[in-house]
Amino acid sequence: MAYFKKSPWLIHYDGSSCNGCDIEVLACLTPLYDVERFGIINTGNPKHADIFLVTGSVNQQNVDIIRNIYNQMPDPKVVIAAGICACSGGIFAECYNVMGGIDKVIPVDVYVQGCAVRPEAIIDGVVKALGILEERYARAKAA
Amino acid sequence: MKTIAIGIAYVLLAPVIGGLLVGLDRIISARMQRRVGPPILQPFYDVFKLLQKKTVVVNRLQNPAIFCHLFFMIATGFLFFEGSDILLILFVLTLSGVFLVLAASASGSPFSHIGAERELLLMTAYEPMVLMMLVGIYKVTDSFHFYAILESAKPLIVYLPGIFVGFLYILTMKLRKSPFDISYSHHAHQELVKGIMSDMSGKSIAMVEIAHWYENVFLLGLVYLFFGFSPALGIVAVILTYVFEILVDNTFARFRWELAFRSAWLVALVLGGGNLIALYALMGGA
Amino acid sequence: MTALLFLILFPLIPAVLLLAVKHDGARGVITRLAVTVIAGASIGLPWLINADLPVYFSFDAAWADKVMFIIEIFLAGLIFFLGVKYKHYLTSVLITLQFALMAWYEFAFSGTVAIQQHLFLDRLSLIMALIIGVIGGLICVYALGYMRDFHDHHREMPDRRPYFFFVLFVFLSAMFGLVFAGSLVWLFFFWEITTLCSFLLIGYTKTTEATTNAFKALVMNLGGGLAFAGAIVWLAWAGGPLELKTLIASPQAAVMIPVALLCFAGITKSAQMPFSSWLLGAMVAPTPTSALLHSSTMVKAGVYLVLRLAPVLAGSYVGAAVALVGGVTFLLAAFIAISQSNAKKVLAYSTVSNLGLIITCAGVGTAAAVWAGIFLIIFHAVAKSLLFLCVGTLEHRIGSRDIEDMDNILIKMPTLAVMVLIGIGGMFVAPFGMLISKWAAIRAFVHAGPVMSPILILLLAYGSAVTVFFWTKWMAKIMEVSILRTGHDPLEDAISYDERFAHWAHTVLTVGICLAFPLVSSRLVEPYVALVFGQAAGMEAGNLMLTGIMVALILILPAIAFPYQRKAGYVFGTAYMAGLNEYPDRMYDGSLSQRRKATLKNYYLAGIFGEEKFMKVGVLAGTCLLALMLGAALL
Repeated sequence: MAYFKKSPWLIHYDGSSCNGCDIEVLACLTPLYDVERFGIINTGNPKHADIFLVTGSVNQQNVDIIRNIYNQMPDPKVVIAAGICACSGGIFAECYNVMGGIDKVIPVDVYVQGCAVRPEAIIDGVVKALGILEERYARAKAA
Repeated sequence: MKTIAIGIAYVLLAPVIGGLLVGLDRIISARMQRRVGPPILQPFYDVFKLLQKKTVVVNRLQNPAIFCHLFFMIATGFLFFEGSDILLILFVLTLSGVFLVLAASASGSPFSHIGAERELLLMTAYEPMVLMMLVGIYKVTDSFHFYAILESAKPLIVYLPGIFVGFLYILTMKLRKSPFDISYSHHAHQELVKGIMSDMSGKSIAMVEIAHWYENVFLLGLVYLFFGFSPALGIVAVILTYVFEILVDNTFARFRWELAFRSAWLVALVLGGGNLIALYALMGGA
Repeated sequence: MTALLFLILFPLIPAVLLLAVKHDGARGVITRLAVTVIAGASIGLPWLINADLPVYFSFDAAWADKVMFIIEIFLAGLIFFLGVKYKHYLTSVLITLQFALMAWYEFAFSGTVAIQQHLFLDRLSLIMALIIGVIGGLICVYALGYMRDFHDHHREMPDRRPYFFFVLFVFLSAMFGLVFAGSLVWLFFFWEITTLCSFLLIGYTKTTEATTNAFKALVMNLGGGLAFAGAIVWLAWAGGPLELKTLIASPQAAVMIPVALLCFAGITKSAQMPFSSWLLGAMVAPTPTSALLHSSTMVKAGVYLVLRLAPVLAGSYVGAAVALVGGVTFLLAAFIAISQSNAKKVLAYSTVSNLGLIITCAGVGTAAAVWAGIFLIIFHAVAKSLLFLCVGTLEHRIGSRDIEDMDNILIKMPTLAVMVLIGIGGMFVAPFGMLISKWAAIRAFVHAGPVMSPILILLLAYGSAVTVFFWTKWMAKIMEVSILRTGHDPLEDAISYDERFAHWAHTVLTVGICLAFPLVSSRLVEPYVALVFGQAAGMEAGNLMLTGIMVALILILPAIAFPYQRKAGYVFGTAYMAGLNEYPDRMYDGSLSQRRKATLKNYYLAGIFGEEKFMKVGVLAGTCLLALMLGAALL
């Protein structure tokens, strides 16, 4: 049996976010939402993480960084795009520096819209991602 | 024979007990912060999950070193509960720590490197106190062996109050709690990313985590020694010490490494050295 | 007795031969042959002597004494002349005083005090002889390859290798004489020859720095020699005893002053505070010198003497002062070693520190302490020599002796790097010998008395913690790898066979002695201690077994775990650099789009553990303690 559902560790990266979504992500850690109940830990190190939670969109400066962090995460892993900027660029989509949502760089598994994305939505997204993670692990093991 | 059986029991049960203690730690910390906290079996879920991840290494030097770290940590606890010479056991513990530092340095990453240096600083900071503690215990009970010390039924806490308080001070370092978690902190906290663990993943972290559980049980065994003359009191003291450490963890912010280092040496000198001097003055030289 | 005389006199033959031979090949043949004979004779001593140890020999020595005196005149003249020539007048003054004392002894007292045991062999001498013969011999073999490289790299320096090897073998001869000498007069003769050899070898390159440091060493050792001569004259005046064995068995009150003077001599020879600076300065000499004289043998002569005197020192104020000198040196030298990045300086300070620990054991003077002290001598001689030899070769291959340049040597020179790791581990890691000896020392110090015990334990606790720091730091640097293996090791292929042989032999010895530890204890050290102190000392059988198991494990485990990884299916990734692009050899895209290289340096904490600061403290503390020691002797 897989334990990813019981112990999902995530790394949170802020692309070109206005920090609104980041604050909501951090709010999940506060006593009001307390995601540690589900074993979720915000680890700052991609090598320890299962879930890559990205807020904000991709621009020229962070495109390589997002790719590097994604590559340094060990398998199995999932990507969550939190907030509309991460999904598609949001209200900044037409700025000269913004390349778009993070699916321009890495494969995204769960899109969570919102501006800013609400903690309940984030938690929902994480739960969905965990299902995908378990599936991915089972498939990799069978192969 | 009986002691070897206890040693083997340690090897088999300590991860379970250690893991439960860590789980308890997280729940109590959460409650102190007005949260609910994870289930008590969470550390086990973490380790099992880590074992299911792919292990990414930077080079082939890291994992043998981590394996040796785990092995000698288990050896430390096993020898302790089997009743071997605890002065030698201290040095085996140091060996285990050295392997962890080498594992972190092997990766050549800036974050691991700083974590490794800080881990070394911590080791240098707490070793004088531990050595003085062992010498103090020997002076009072004339033995370096766990069971002989317990059998002597001497109330070590009465003879070694300064040393006990000093030991509590550096216990915070060994348990990796604030304010001394300068090389690696608990999962939710970061210190220069993950400090000494920055370039470990999957099985490597799992091994280090399990080694930490073994170490916890061993350290609490050392605490028990001070109160071992009365087993009930010993167990109560162990629990209270652990809760006290959790309280300290949640109350203090991290020290700068210089403050941690200097204060540990000062505490060792004043409390540990002072206790030793008083002990020799009162008990005589032989 | 022939065996002892053979060991003392035989090395002079290759010495003279090597002085004459300029051809490197011939030099190699002579050296290797000579070393085989010397090492073989040292190892075979118990069978060659074929008697129960300890065994004492009388010598109809009147003519030998005269020959020695003539040599002394010549040497004193030489040193006096050199002192004047190089304008180090203190040297000339000291040698004049020393010679005056010895001349006084020769003419006034020479016949009056009966000396019967000129040469002897007991287990401690045997241990020292093994170190001199085997380790010393290996270092001479190493020197063949090393000096060839040295002169290749330093073409501007005059090639005086015949002279170098001549002095090396004379030194071996003198050391054998020192450990077999049963009378203080003979001991002193050989002692002074080793001082001279050290002086000549430090000044080998004849640069200003080398000459200055050579004279610094000479002055301090002559100061010790002066004290030694003073002790001899005092004893001769008092009617004896001038035999080592009788001196050790004498009642404390009668011989405290000469014993204190002898300890003073031992303290200068083994570079304790306040005399540590000469050993540090001696590191400018070529590595074989540093390995042979200044870590394995000559400085061991100093601690050997003080350790011999341990029964007289036990429980006395002089002994306490000596123990404190050793303890303070142990602590302060370890402190300073943290802030050094020059590998030879780290090794030098560590040597001074460990010698301090041995002196402390001698000053405490109990059976358990002396047991620990002898083992410290054995393990330190082997492991430190290994380290010096490896560092010397390393320096020639990578062009630097700075620890910060030693990353990636696991890729460039894997075998050598592993040997350095074993050497460093052998210095401080459980279960290797040095750690075991330190453990025994701690147990001995617990029983050192109500005042001395807490002080010594404190010194040991802090010093021991610090050694973990600077050794592990160095190991961590060696473990640091940031380039890929290419499949062949050009740097390592360039190492000469002589050097490789010496390295391998040392590594095998380092590990082998740890495994043979119980045997060495029961056959050599425990009988000696039992004989001298009348009581047993040693380690419990359980602990011995434990250390043996651990030595085996610490070597086997990594050896198994390393190849196992191929099966484990690990994925290789880059080091975490906060998501920045990483290129080979740790280059990354930094701010302002500049490509930079990430460099990692160890912590040296020069602000906390600075060399200057602690040398000053050491000199002050050492001087005060020595004054106390001499004062206590007068009481």
